[in-house]
Amino acid sequence: MSERLDVRKTYKLLVGGAFPRSESGRSYEVVDANGLFLANVAQASRKDVRDAVVAARSAQRAWWSLTPYNRGQVLYRLAEMAEARAGELSEQVGRAEGTRAGEARASVGRSIDRLVWYAGWCDKVGQVLGGQNPVAGPYFNFSVPVPSGVVGVLADQDSSLEAFVDAVAAPLATGNAVVALASEARPIPAVLLGEMSATSDLVAGALNVLTGRTGEIAPVIASHEDVDGLDLTGADDDFAGELGALAAETVTRVLRGADPQDRGLKRLRAFVETSTVWHTIGQ
Amino acid sequence: MDDAPASTLSALEYDPAPESAALARLRERYGLFVGGAFVEASDGATFETLNPATEEPLAHVARAGDADVAAAVAAARRAYDKVWRKTSGAQRAKYLYRIARLIQERSRELAVLESLDNGKPIRESRDVDVPLAAAYFFYYAGWADKLDHAGFGPDPRPLGVAGQIIPWNFPLLMAAWKLAPALAAGNTCVLKPAETTPLSALALAEILQQAELPDGVVNVVTGDGSTGAALVASPVDKVAFTGSTEVGKLIQRRVAGRPIRLTLELGGKGANIVFDDAPIDEVVEGIVDGIFFNQGHVCCAGSRLLVQESVAEEVLRRLRRRVDQLRVGDPLDKNTDVGAINSAAQLEKIRELTAFGEREGATRYTSPCALPERGYWFAPTVFTDVAQTHRIAREEVFGPVLSVLTFRTPEEAVAKANNTTYGLACGVWSEKGSRTLWVAERLRAGVVWANTYNRFDPASPFGGVRESGFGREGGRHGLEAYLDV
Amino acid sequence: MVEVSPAPLRLVVDDERALRPRPGASVPVVESEVQLRALLRALSGVDAVGAEARAAKLATRSLKRETKRAAIDLALSMVDLTTLEGADTPGRVASLCAKARRPDPEEPDTPTVAAVCVYPDLVSTAKTHLAGSGVRVASVATAFPSGRASRAVKLLDVADAVVAGADEVDMVIDRGAFLAGRLGEVFDEVVAVREACGPAHLKVILEVGELVTYDNVRRASWLAMLAGADFIKTSTGKVAVNATLPTTLVMLEAVRDFAESTGRLVGVKAAGGIRTTKEALRYLVVVNETAGSAWLDPALFRFGASSLVNDLLLQRRKQRSGAYARPDRISVD
Repeated sequence: MSERLDVRKTYKLLVGGAFPRSESGRSYEVVDANGLFLANVAQASRKDVRDAVVAARSAQRAWWSLTPYNRGQVLYRLAEMAEARAGELSEQVGRAEGTRAGEARASVGRSIDRLVWYAGWCDKVGQVLGGQNPVAGPYFNFSVPVPSGVVGVLADQDSSLEAFVDAVAAPLATGNAVVALASEARPIPAVLLGEMSATSDLVAGALNVLTGRTGEIAPVIASHEDVDGLDLTGADDDFAGELGALAAETVTRVLRGADPQDRGLKRLRAFVETSTVWHTIGQ
Repeated sequence: MDDAPASTLSALEYDPAPESAALARLRERYGLFVGGAFVEASDGATFETLNPATEEPLAHVARAGDADVAAAVAAARRAYDKVWRKTSGAQRAKYLYRIARLIQERSRELAVLESLDNGKPIRESRDVDVPLAAAYFFYYAGWADKLDHAGFGPDPRPLGVAGQIIPWNFPLLMAAWKLAPALAAGNTCVLKPAETTPLSALALAEILQQAELPDGVVNVVTGDGSTGAALVASPVDKVAFTGSTEVGKLIQRRVAGRPIRLTLELGGKGANIVFDDAPIDEVVEGIVDGIFFNQGHVCCAGSRLLVQESVAEEVLRRLRRRVDQLRVGDPLDKNTDVGAINSAAQLEKIRELTAFGEREGATRYTSPCALPERGYWFAPTVFTDVAQTHRIAREEVFGPVLSVLTFRTPEEAVAKANNTTYGLACGVWSEKGSRTLWVAERLRAGVVWANTYNRFDPASPFGGVRESGFGREGGRHGLEAYLDV
Repeated sequence: MVEVSPAPLRLVVDDERALRPRPGASVPVVESEVQLRALLRALSGVDAVGAEARAAKLATRSLKRETKRAAIDLALSMVDLTTLEGADTPGRVASLCAKARRPDPEEPDTPTVAAVCVYPDLVSTAKTHLAGSGVRVASVATAFPSGRASRAVKLLDVADAVVAGADEVDMVIDRGAFLAGRLGEVFDEVVAVREACGPAHLKVILEVGELVTYDNVRRASWLAMLAGADFIKTSTGKVAVNATLPTTLVMLEAVRDFAESTGRLVGVKAAGGIRTTKEALRYLVVVNETAGSAWLDPALFRFGASSLVNDLLLQRRKQRSGAYARPDRISVD
């Protein structure tokens, strides 16, 4: 008797809530930390970026129009889904990063807790980052944080899940939509998180996950005029400078990177704009 | 309309659409919840809780005496010292998220139970009380691991053991308002529900068990005023009370001089101020929501309508028509707008004050709705020709009774609205934002609603000024009540 | 400005709770655009949050048993069974008329619908097929649905429908003129169409999806009523947003207040997007609790719909047999 043959999964892109293979039909080989074959992962093209940004733009309005409480529930639901599939995530994080099972599980646990942390921020950033401004005059003046819009994320190249969660959950929590390019060599955990997001009531298109060649795709995202914010965590210094220059053409907000262990608000503040309202006070 | 042929409706006389009482999973007896387990009172004492809509007993509930309260406080102290103070914010958050989810999962059961025990319409317990209770847990869950960012400096510490006494008007929701911020901040709790509405807090205790909240972190002691007094006299670090101003003052005296932090959410006599440029149809709905929501058993009820003289007649005409439409009756009927008065004692108090209103010369209008024969009922009532000196304009009726006064200028409206010892909530109705803000700035009230009334949200602070109490529940501000800051 | 003679007093309601006109009530004669503007400006604004909350609350009403059975029949009798497609043919209209006469042949006591609604060139076909049935023929006109044609063309369109025998005419207002503030122009056009209608009833389509705000809906409702509309109608069914519950609520408030201040009862027609029994019953609840029981009558409330009828018929069977019916039992028209 032969052993049961496993059914293997095709890892595809997540664009606008659907899972296309790359529009280009290309794929590339992803290997584990020991160089053993893992999967042929979809290799996104410029046109996939275009489609993802269009999807994100339209989803951002819907995502931001939900109540903050609702957005928190959705991100928490994503944490629930990740917890339910923690075994699968751990296995893929371990293989991608070459860590032992216990370490991979711990990393997945921290990733899920991070999602929970951000879920709680959705209905709190307004109070923490906004407030009344005591202007001198008969005006009621207040400031509220509003999302920048569509945020392009170049995910960390080493930390396949933890850093990815940190980079996408923060802008989602503040009401942005995200087009994320997963780690080139270790994309599978990010693809899995994308799959889970599709069963978490997340507005389709609010999170788009692309896999492919960073050198090819990152400049397309950075130079895209309809991208409002750019997280360059996954680029080295030289490349980040190049991408930053492209982003400057449309005054895109750039985050150079932030430590996922940091419990500060750097990532939350990176892609919000302060919107201030003046209103007269009088009989 | 009764003889109208069914095929050509002359009016939609809604057939009864009742929820099944069986959904509440009522038990015959309920124990105290101490140290993670349900126990009898040490002296075996119990009391009955009634369905105010039928006057029939629902269940026997343990009556906590001094020893039981002491045991509950000791359990909370142990849980604080041994477990909860050492539990990280992220862990506390996860417990609270679990509780929020369990409330959502059991929402229908909780809604029916609440309507049975309290008398409020199922539409309100289903659409307001229960979802909001879950929302408060969900919201404060998110704070548990973010206290550093709440604006109270780095690493704010909890107070310790909190004794929390809640009223009968929103039994489950008030439990959530008290427990969620306390637990998020790292305190342990002894909760004392109202005598006439103990059941939903005990159902919540079951939920805490399902959430595997560590034993003793939350304890529930049921009983009457003496149970509450014992709790206030206990070695707790914090007392939080929601209820009447009279009892609030008593508690403040009792804790005076002791190292106890206190927050009080007391009575009110909210003014709902209507200017002549207000959106009139929504005004009428707002007045109705303001005073007839939850049978007027709302501390922040808009029990005084202040309407600009130029539109008074028009507003009152429309208001009467709307009041006549209110459907009073079976709380479990999904089409009921106004349910039962919570207790015989409360009904008596409402009757006394309204009788006084008539004696003092106010004009009474009562909805012609039919009332059930058994149970505690009071038809929606509007008093016009009310003067500032009348008792119904000054005292909290805590029932479906509205007092109408008029004003001519914004200054007069503010003066009349502030002419009370209370200061919980007010409403302002105008399409002119500038004037609304001008009035809001001058109103002495903890909450001002503009073009709406009786809105609650976990992200928004709620609480009063002056004799309506101090301390805030909800929002970032609500954490302060449970932090040593 | 064209003068409008005050409409006849039609308030015949003996219901205790129904509203009565105030003493001396009559429809004001509008003599100038300035006066019209003042009349409309004096209307109270609508708070969108409050209006939507009210509609949502009413939508939680639960109709059971006898109320539900009666409400389904009432809803059926209020339907303007509609076909307004470029591909309409005499054959299509004929089969729709057959459906209107006998919506459910297996259940002979099923009420007929109120009217069949078609384009002007198919009025005579509909008229022929509905002869003797009591079902009225409604025709859209005035360059429906955009209304972008000259006054003369619109009036010819109306005349065409009336000559062909239309009992009811559904006109569209000039939203462009309304939004640009040329209220007198909009008013005059309704008055002119009213006259061209002769004995036919006039339904004035506001196209609420293009007016966007509730304040506009309220003002346009009053404008149409002051100009002599027999009905005010939400939508053409041809734009992205059609009838909604809160919009209909605002229009029902308008007809109620208009009746109270003028003594004239105007009907409301909710059109477009109402497909299920559940939605239709929600509208009836809003009618009942806003305008009152007098409006629970096909003479004063209509649904403009096509697929709604089949769902009403399915639910009607369910109410009678207790079992959910198979959609194939109902004719596809």
